[in-house]
Parts: sequence; structure tokens; C-alpha cells
Amino acid sequence: MSTKKKQTATVYRQENIADGIFDLWIETDLAQDAKPGQFIAVYPKDGSTLLPRPISICEVNDEKTRLRIVYRVAGKGTKEFSGFSAGEQIQILGVLGNGFPAEKAEGKTVFLMGGGIGIPPMLQLAKELKETGRTESRIIVGYRDRETFLKEDLEKYGEVFVATEDGSVGSKGNVMNAIGENALTADLIFACGPMPMLRAIKQYAKQNGMEAYISLEERMACGVGACLGCVCRTKNVDAHSHVKNARICTDGPVFDAKEVEI
Amino acid sequence: MNTKVSIAGVEFKNPVMTASGTFGSGMEYNEFVDLNRLGGVVTKGVANVPWEGNPTPRVAETYGGMLNAIGLQNPGMDVFIERDLKFLENYDTRVIVNVCGKSVEDYLEVVERLGDEKRVDLLEINVSCPNVKEGAIAFGQKADALMNITSEIKKKAKQPVIMKLSPNVTDIAEMAKAAEAAGADAISLINTITGMKIDINRRTFALANKTGGLSGPAIKPVAVRMVYQAAQAVRIPIIGMGGIANAEDALEFILAGATAVAVGAMNFVNPYATVETVDGIERYMKKHQIDDISSLIGAVH
Repeated sequence: MSTKKKQTATVYRQENIADGIFDLWIETDLAQDAKPGQFIAVYPKDGSTLLPRPISICEVNDEKTRLRIVYRVAGKGTKEFSGFSAGEQIQILGVLGNGFPAEKAEGKTVFLMGGGIGIPPMLQLAKELKETGRTESRIIVGYRDRETFLKEDLEKYGEVFVATEDGSVGSKGNVMNAIGENALTADLIFACGPMPMLRAIKQYAKQNGMEAYISLEERMACGVGACLGCVCRTKNVDAHSHVKNARICTDGPVFDAKEVEI
Repeated sequence: MNTKVSIAGVEFKNPVMTASGTFGSGMEYNEFVDLNRLGGVVTKGVANVPWEGNPTPRVAETYGGMLNAIGLQNPGMDVFIERDLKFLENYDTRVIVNVCGKSVEDYLEVVERLGDEKRVDLLEINVSCPNVKEGAIAFGQKADALMNITSEIKKKAKQPVIMKLSPNVTDIAEMAKAAEAAGADAISLINTITGMKIDINRRTFALANKTGGLSGPAIKPVAVRMVYQAAQAVRIPIIGMGGIANAEDALEFILAGATAVAVGAMNFVNPYATVETVDGIERYMKKHQIDDISSLIGAVH
């Protein structure tokens, strides 16, 4: 396991890629050990917003010298991040969390499902699965409207099926509608997105006897497993906490859907 | 230059500790800081049996601080002794175990069980958590209840006893005096200040528990004031905490009358905050030619 650290990193570039969605590349040696599904925490500079913001890793460059994060402006902290410009020094903490168990996809057909701002981690995952050459990825992504950010990037690594809430692109509705309309099947699911989507995926996986690994989100403080702020309910007593709670930041954010009560 | 301080006959290599609940038992922050450099590690509260804690969201950021309502989730004393205390055996730092309970009997069960544990240097009794419905703060908001639980614990405890006081009281000096009169060896303050945040978009509470404990730099002036008032009221040592981020903050508490200090929520903001505070105190002493840190304790009185 890599050592976590807080460090000063440099903004390589930032772009506004959709309404309220920002695409930020950071030069950092944390890229060397970053796995898809893991996250970094970015610190606001404004002293009134103290806590680091957990943001999932979207992509790692081939030289493993840069990390890409794609985030939605959701409050004061991310609003500040959207003003970061190339060359700027920022504070980050990482690499955090467990990541997706990509090895389980070997020799299988897999659904990579992302909803809204849960789409970014699917990019690095799709890229790595393609590199192994032993997995067939069906990438199913759900957006609000025609602002289908990261779609072109994802298309490099597998067939992409889109659903939009307003029906402007692809299937009308959500990722589950896209599965139905395209009569898609797979052996395994990796997913990240809003809670209703993850609940639907958990249910779908159960009905179809599939394994599903889902990435959860919760308000975090420390990000390293100490404060017990970001727990999720677990089916069984957790090995660390000895109660039915697991730490999303450390034991997750990716969990076997069967093991968590969502 | 002497940075050593003494609390109830126990010597600490420096006055910097961790605030309970912000540092686990040190395992998670061991990746960032050398625990051997700390005066002490104060553990997350431990009860006689495992506690589930509160539903999420458990944390919310506020201006210059944060609210938490974890609800004292803990694995219970058996696991704590087997795993956490064993881990701390590897480090040369003082260990203060924070004890929580829902009844006097719960507290006593933990205190008695820890009595034989050599790795436990002191006990800190949590009678000030604002986030659990039974016990905890009920013992810490009335002087007679605080005296009662303090004297019951003192009868059974083999290690020195620190009573951790709540700031959610009218007169902190009265509470400090009650703890001292009942035999407490030291007091620590402040625990978090009860607060609330409302999400105007969802039109509901930011925390599932509705209320939570406010911590971070936002509460520091309140904490410094309370440490000062408590220090004027009692002779037992005080461990000061509340929004400490660095040596400058820590020195304010020491000058106000704290023998030792604890870094809490700011560990989340800067995982190196504890060790940086130790280094900063040393630099301050060097710069101001202070040979012994004890000459700073309560120096403004």
C-alpha cells in the first residue's frame, strides 16, 4: 500500500467542459500509485472552508506524472477550485480509498456505469481495462441533458451507451433505461453515481445474479479513516469498526453492493 | 531547554497531545506523523460494548469550523485493548484513554477493565459529548452530577483521572471546581460547542442528528477564555483544546493556564499539525530564550 501524504502540487491546466463541470489536471507524484476508483482530497485556500474536498481520480497520464479530476461546482470550496489556473500551487491529500477491483473483470464482459459526476472515475477504469485486453467494457453513462462531458474520452476505451434525463441524447431516462433499450448484458458491474442509481444497480445485480462494485459518497472530514464521519451501513459487522458501519474513505469508497445497506 | 510537563505525576515529553475523536488511536495518522514526537495520544472514546454511533450525514463544514455528530461510534473495550492498546505499545508517547458511557456503571466497567492495562497512563472521562442521547453530557452539565461521577470513578480508577468538561454550561469555573473537589487529577477543556446547520436548498438539517458539536478555529477564543477562567478557579492541571492549528494557538492556551494542549479538528485540515505544533513551540522558546515551558503556563494571570 502506498503512503498517503499531503503535498503541494501544481495545476497543469483547467477547463470548463460543461455547465458547472470543471476538468483539472494536476502535476503530482501521487499519480504513480493512483488506481481507478481512488480519490484525492483538495484543500480550499480560503480559511473559512477548512476541510479538504474528496474528488475521484478521472485519469492518470501515461507517464504517471499527472492526475486528472473532473468535478462539479457544488459549493464554496469547489467554486474556489474552479478559479485555479495553470502553474498555480495547490494543496492536495492522497491517494485515498481502495479503488475498483479491476482484476475481477479479467476475461469478462463488464458494465462500467456512471451517473452525472459519478462518470469521471469510469474513464481511468475503462482505460486500464482496455490495456489488459482481457475485458470487454460496455460503458453506460447517464447525464442530465446534452452536455455529455467525457463521452468522447470514454469512446476510446469501449462502446458507450448514453441516457439523458431530458432525452436529448441516447435513451430517455437513466442508465437502467439504457441497459433495457439496448438489451445489454454483462457478467460484472462497476458503478459510480447518485444513490438512487446505485440502489437500482444493487437491485438489478441481485435479480440477475451478478456481482456489482459500487462507489459511495458521503460527507467527509479527515479522509483517512480516523474521524468516522463518512460511514455507510454494512450487512455484516465490519472488521475494523466491530459494528455494522464501514468507513467510506478508507474501507471504500468502492464496496461490493451485497455488503452495504444503501 | 525543557519542554517536559507533568500531569498528576505523569511526565510528558512535551505538552502537545491529540484531542479525543480526531485521531483514532493514532493508527491512521501514523502514516503522516511520528507518534514518538507527541507528548501524548488521546484515544477516541471507548465504551464497555461496541457503539454504532449516529446516522449520516455526521459531519458538516461551517465558517472556520465544522460540526460533527458521530455519536461516539467505537468497537468496545475488548477490541480496543487487543488492537489499539497493542498498537500503541510500539510508541514512546503517553497514552490517555478517553472513556464514554451511558450510565455510571458503564463508565466504571471500562475504568476497572483498563486498570490492569500497563499501556494506559491516564484516563480521560468524557462527560461532555453533545451527540449522544443518554449519558455523556448529562453528567457534565450539572455540578452535582459531575461531582458524583468523578468521585465514583476515582474510587475505582488505577490511573490518574482527567475529567473532560463541556463548554455548554453557564459557569465553567463552577464545573472545574466541582471536578477538583470530587478528586479529579486534571481537567481537559473544551469539548465541542453544540451547534446546528440548516441546508436551505434541501430545507432540512445538515446533520442527521440535527445538532452537532462545533470545533475548529471558529471556537478558539471561547476555548481560550474558558481555560483562563478554569485556571483561575482550580489548582489541578488543565489540558486546553479548541481550534488549535499551530504553535501560536497552543501558546495562547498555555499562557491562559493550560499545562498541556491538544490538537483536534485541525488534524483533518493538516495531518502534520501535531508535530508542527511541537516544533513551533520549541522555536518560540528558543527565540524568546525561555528555558522551561513551565514558566509560560498561566503567565498572563
